[in-house]
Amino acid sequence: MNLWNRLMCYSRRHSPWLFHMNTGSCNGCDIELVASLTPRYDAEQLGVRLEGSPRHADILCITGPVTRTSVQAVRTVYGQVCGPKAVVAIGSCPATTNVFIDSRVLAGPLNRHVPVDVFVPGCPPRPDAILQGVAKAAEILAERGNHPLADQEKQP
Amino acid sequence: MNLTTALARLLIFPGLLFAVPAAWFFLWVERKSVAMMQQRIGPPFMQPFFDFIKLLGKTPPGRSGIDGLLMRAWPLLAVAAAAGAVGLLPVLPSSGGFAGDLILLLALLELPSICIIAAGFSSGSLFGEIGSAREAVLTVSYNIVFLLAIVSIAASQHTFRLEALAQLPASPLRYLALLAILVCIPAKLHINPFSLPNAEQEIYSGPLTEYAGPELAMWELSHGLEWVATVGLVATLAVPHITLWWFGAAIFVVLSFAIVLLLSVLAAATARLAIDTTVRFYWQCTLVFAVVLISSALFMRVRS
Repeated sequence: MNLWNRLMCYSRRHSPWLFHMNTGSCNGCDIELVASLTPRYDAEQLGVRLEGSPRHADILCITGPVTRTSVQAVRTVYGQVCGPKAVVAIGSCPATTNVFIDSRVLAGPLNRHVPVDVFVPGCPPRPDAILQGVAKAAEILAERGNHPLADQEKQP
Repeated sequence: MNLTTALARLLIFPGLLFAVPAAWFFLWVERKSVAMMQQRIGPPFMQPFFDFIKLLGKTPPGRSGIDGLLMRAWPLLAVAAAAGAVGLLPVLPSSGGFAGDLILLLALLELPSICIIAAGFSSGSLFGEIGSAREAVLTVSYNIVFLLAIVSIAASQHTFRLEALAQLPASPLRYLALLAILVCIPAKLHINPFSLPNAEQEIYSGPLTEYAGPELAMWELSHGLEWVATVGLVATLAVPHITLWWFGAAIFVVLSFAIVLLLSVLAAATARLAIDTTVRFYWQCTLVFAVVLISSALFMRVRS
């Protein structure tokens, strides 16, 4: 690995920008994600920035059990994020659809629609757990940047 | 100013080689001081540099046609204009310059805003268009005061040459004008309470919603260079003329740092205003300021 690649790898690990997406969540995980960005937990130490546009983001933070109406939106937003990218599923809902399992309005869990890199379980997970998940996703992201084809192979 | 000194000023000092690290440093100081005021640790020292490198390494979305070409051109034009503006600052005494370089500096300082407006409209995004419209309204509002303040400094001292202005003894009028410029700078740099065009979360990312990867890196860089240029302009006009060049340069750096801290305090202490409140603020409250400035400048000119 030459110097430029090493620098790029290091920069990717230290500057994960998030885009937050709700796919029918009860808002519990959403406020926990926001809490992890507040002064008490200070996600900015890791270089985290919450971005307004998926185009700017590296890590897609998805909450909620993926309702049928939000499937297309999830796919669109995932496509809008420029590579290399990673997906963090926050809460039990995107992992297993949680208490909404077998509901007729759901099309979840999330990994049927987009490849998920890190699951942060909990209902809702604690902000520390979310930060740990984001940090892990940033490491995955930095490695993935060196193997750009790995993204396409994982497509479900 | 011959070609060699012009190139040296544009590329080395106070141009790109100095201004790009300074831009990252200012961006870091802004984020770090806001963090410290909120009692948290905040981003590491190299954060803006890491962000820039990371953005360079992202794959940009494919763009085709004339719109795609324009979307790639706007950020580069903004960076070039901001770097040119920094290069014109008379940091070192007897560094050259030419008659009327203040006018060129003002034009170059305006160019990044115009690029952002054009960028939002050419991206075709609804949020980009809203952001661009806000930026246009904001530009029209604060520029009246900003330009009148600078023109009143130049008119009262009979010169449009930056170096001469920096060396002339400052009058009370100049400090009043600098105060007016300081009121305009938060709007120019899109920081709170005037962060309307790029209002995060409210209209996604405003004009920059569709920009990604290296294009976004260039926008970040041009934003940092704008910081250096505007803060540097205020610092050069405020620093008293000193014969020791290194002492002058040190005062320049310290003063720039102080202005960045002042703006960060303002950004941390306020929330975003609505667009109509902002426009009313600039047209009703600060316009009086500008009228007083320009009329007293004309009065001084008539009397002298």
